[in-house]
Amino acid sequence: MAGHTYGDNLSTVNPELAIEATELRKTYGDVVALAGIDLAVPAGTVLGLLGPNGAGKTTAVRILTTLLPPDGGRARVAGLDVVADAGALRSRIGLAGQYAAVDENLTGFENLEMVGRLYRLGRGPARLRAEELLDRFDLTEAAKRLVRTYSGGMRRRLDLAAALVADPPVLFLDEPTTGLDPRSRRDLWETIEARVAEGTTVLLTTQYLEEADRLADEIAVIDHGRVIARGSADELKDRVGGERLEVVLDDGGGMDQAIAALAPMGDETPVAQDRTVRLALRRRSGAIAEAVRRLDEVGVGIDDVALRRPTLDDVFLALTGRAADDATSPDDTRQAEGIGAP
Amino acid sequence: MSGVAVAMADTVVLAKRSLLRIPRAPDLVLAFTVQPIMFVLLFVYVFGGAIQTPGYDYVDFLMPGIIVQTVGFGGFVTAMGLAEDLKRGLIDRFRSLPMSRSALLTGRTLADVVTNTFSVLVMVVVGLLVGFRFTTGVAEVAAGLGLVLAFGYAFSWVFAFVGLTSSSPESAQSLGFIAIFPLTFVSSAFVPVDSMPSWLQGVAEVNPITITVDAVRGLFIGTPYGTDAWLSLLWSLGLALVFARLSVARYRRSVTR
Repeated sequence: MAGHTYGDNLSTVNPELAIEATELRKTYGDVVALAGIDLAVPAGTVLGLLGPNGAGKTTAVRILTTLLPPDGGRARVAGLDVVADAGALRSRIGLAGQYAAVDENLTGFENLEMVGRLYRLGRGPARLRAEELLDRFDLTEAAKRLVRTYSGGMRRRLDLAAALVADPPVLFLDEPTTGLDPRSRRDLWETIEARVAEGTTVLLTTQYLEEADRLADEIAVIDHGRVIARGSADELKDRVGGERLEVVLDDGGGMDQAIAALAPMGDETPVAQDRTVRLALRRRSGAIAEAVRRLDEVGVGIDDVALRRPTLDDVFLALTGRAADDATSPDDTRQAEGIGAP
Repeated sequence: MSGVAVAMADTVVLAKRSLLRIPRAPDLVLAFTVQPIMFVLLFVYVFGGAIQTPGYDYVDFLMPGIIVQTVGFGGFVTAMGLAEDLKRGLIDRFRSLPMSRSALLTGRTLADVVTNTFSVLVMVVVGLLVGFRFTTGVAEVAAGLGLVLAFGYAFSWVFAFVGLTSSSPESAQSLGFIAIFPLTFVSSAFVPVDSMPSWLQGVAEVNPITITVDAVRGLFIGTPYGTDAWLSLLWSLGLALVFARLSVARYRRSVTR
């Protein structure tokens, strides 16, 4: 452990791939958490691990952050092997967990100072760093308050600040915004984006498609311990076809006529939900005019017509045959507990 | 820094963390002050008249016992704290830091030594107020206090293991209570062992709490204690070593539940 000073943390050994995993496997008894996944994250980019609860995201993060040994496969982070070089690796990574892993009974300042000392900063530098981070995360006013008085958003910010104490080149964020209100979520996104702009490599797990869409350069969709798709958000969306047409019918009804009238515009049967008809278009140009005309011909009234790009929800549905948010598997209720901590 | 220096520095950082929380949690402050005082007063005034301790005032007989019992339980903060760390994700954070792999545990158990010292002082003062008197020399009293703290430290490691293996802070606390409460009662802490039924006397006599209480009683008020002081020290050393190994091994495999 002796050879690693604070300054070393700023550069990685292999600048090309900050995270590299080959055939990672992990089983808990009969449950296969990871069935052999490969990851490659270039330095300075963000990989989003997207998947439902129980897909294996947290297990992957735990292996890459040295918390769990893999049963098979290899992984290197910041050029260091996660098993053989675990000790040295810990000073080069930051982890912000699924739960806000901060001590409730300490103040914000005390939390960060403690983490700084444990990263081997001296007392002075640890305090200085704590103040700096509190300031950057807009927590200076709350610095002397016990964390148990913090709101959910403030805890997450403090948790993220703790992960950044040693300015690690690689950052692991395990569902960083789970349970946050939309505003806190956006704030946290901005903070993460700022880190990435400074060159930090981030591996982010999330159940929120919107989050992966916004933050990740590349997305790996994980289901049942396997990567079932990967690519940029746009590439993944292209895989499920072109733009979506959404027509909201007025109160007059006529859903069946509408479906029949719009069907020729796409390759698949339009899907109806409440008063909305959705359809993957074969051709974008002129689609709105054509839809209005077709519905007018069969006498169906319209409240609204819109085109939209497919979302990652559509991607997930197309890849797994189920929506991302009903995919919770029973063995994962464990993980879900405690998310809504007071 | 060498491995040992790193481990010591981290231990101090984490012991400080454990101690900082105590004045902030009123229930803990009560546990370390009011509870020992209450026990001393209840035993002296409620049971004192009923329990025969030939040759000694009950308060003199009782104080060493109640002091040992209190430090035996002192480690519950470690059990609860570790179970909480597991529940709240702090174990993941600590294990992902480049810190010593035993510091969280050595830090918490060291903090227990501090709180145990405090509790012992409170009890000695209260004991003196209700009539307890040391009848031996300073060296013996100091040795007795040393034995008490060593014993408390050993039990902190037992509690550390309990905390890391139990499913919640609440169960950690009740598990520790269930394990230690009978031990303290089937011992010479509150009553002379020869007043128990003979089958129970066998249990009480090999109980490390009896051995420690007898040693401390001898060192405080001059009762005969033979080799009990050494035996007690051996027990403390053995318990600490065994449970420290078990706990550290467990900690290294722990992840947040």
